[in-house]
Amino acid sequence: MDANVNFDPREDAYSKPLDQIDVSVPELYQNDIYQPYFERLRRDDPVHFCADSHFGPYWSATRYKDIMTVAVNNQVFSSRWDLGGVRLEDQVQGYERPSFIQMDEPDHGERRKAVSPVVAPANLARMEGVVRERTQTVLDNLPRNETFNWVQEVSIELTSRMLATLFDWPLEERHQLMFWSDVTVCHVDTPDAPVHSEAERYAELEKMAKAMRVLWDERAVSNSQNFDLISMMAHNDATRNMEFRELLANCSLLIVGGNDTTRNSMSGGVWGFAQYPDEYRKLRKNPELVPSAVSEIIRWHTPVLHLRRTALADFELGDKTIHKGDKVAMWFVSGNRDDDAIKNPHRLIVDRPRSREHISFGFGVHRCVGNRLAELQLRILWEEILKRDLEIEVMDRPKYLRSNLIHGIRDLPVQIH
Amino acid sequence: MPEVTYIEFNGTEHRVEVPIGTSVMRGAVDNSVPGIDADCGGECACATCHVYVEAEWLGKTGLPEPGSQEAAMLSFAAVSQPNSRLSCQIRMREELAGLTVRMPEGQH
Repeated sequence: MDANVNFDPREDAYSKPLDQIDVSVPELYQNDIYQPYFERLRRDDPVHFCADSHFGPYWSATRYKDIMTVAVNNQVFSSRWDLGGVRLEDQVQGYERPSFIQMDEPDHGERRKAVSPVVAPANLARMEGVVRERTQTVLDNLPRNETFNWVQEVSIELTSRMLATLFDWPLEERHQLMFWSDVTVCHVDTPDAPVHSEAERYAELEKMAKAMRVLWDERAVSNSQNFDLISMMAHNDATRNMEFRELLANCSLLIVGGNDTTRNSMSGGVWGFAQYPDEYRKLRKNPELVPSAVSEIIRWHTPVLHLRRTALADFELGDKTIHKGDKVAMWFVSGNRDDDAIKNPHRLIVDRPRSREHISFGFGVHRCVGNRLAELQLRILWEEILKRDLEIEVMDRPKYLRSNLIHGIRDLPVQIH
Repeated sequence: MPEVTYIEFNGTEHRVEVPIGTSVMRGAVDNSVPGIDADCGGECACATCHVYVEAEWLGKTGLPEPGSQEAAMLSFAAVSQPNSRLSCQIRMREELAGLTVRMPEGQH
């Protein structure tokens, strides 16, 4: 699993005993060699148990149907932070983050409903103009015929501005939000991670939460109907009395949700078209395919690699018995490449029939609340790229984040012609 | 074949013949009626085939009450109302000939 040039991940994936396959290793994603391992698991052991990993024993659901089964059964498969939360990496005692994604019903639903109007269709229609204007500015200022990092100049630029708008956070200080997003998602043992211990992570997130609390207190006493995430929480009965730790947790959740996912789909799409240039030509000729291409990019890239649940009771999944207390990872990145559910899944196809039927947003009550905002931003980005008829040449392979949670692209060198 | 009338948020009407046993969601998607996304493909696992059933059809034979999973998903849909349903959970039957459903502003 190292970056050794003689190492063949396919051979490794197919020659290893099944019980030695561990898809939680973050280097698999950093080195972009994870697909053969999931291909093998889907074929030979779709509900797979790994007894020993850096994150403890865990089950993997690798097929689309099994992931769906786990995702919709929130009576059996819990998200609770006090049982470990929604990542394979357990919440560390003393540093737990009780955000609503890490709660079951009814707690989750009450809190989610406080923020969901911000990203519901009516509000998105109001935001479209701003998103388009910013996208136009960013694209028009890109250099021509010289290499630059698409991630930094486009993906981060656009999603950080969006994030500042969602929180009504000062635009010129938007890079702080990106930093806290990176702090939230990193594995602290990654050499160049922004923080190197849980204590350090928590200290940074406390700074974030204190800054958010100042805005919160100002907005809680304001009578104007502001439509930002902080105001919505400060004025909703389910969330107005949130204690500091929960505020910290929810703000870090919303920062990651509003940023890290779409940032990576914006980069992933460019990389996808570099590999399937015919599909980009098809899109250029048929711009009405943009909405379908957007769904397809979100499937093909799969910005969230996995989310985890904890079994509250024994459950038969496939031919296996998951026991009460076991951890189960839903590998969206595998479900989206399951050829039982999706024909020719490795190829990016802009006019794929039923392209909306992918698993990147999850399913059931915890389904991604910001999915329509993600689609809006990506649709406008590709519409504006096509209007300018930009030819984006990828100069080198992307560099990926060392993470088993976020399918992060850190560098994507491109030239525009 | 029984007919269903789908009314878009902007008022545009679509009359579609939907075979017995086929869902009202599928009737729209297969006939390119806009306004229904159906992201989960009919598994009652999202809320993006949300429709409002016209008042006169509520409580009619052939239109069962929403199940618990449907109710849970509907509670997260934008602008959910007492006559909200997920159209993937309504199967066409003779008794539903002439059913009219309205689309929300957007699916979420």
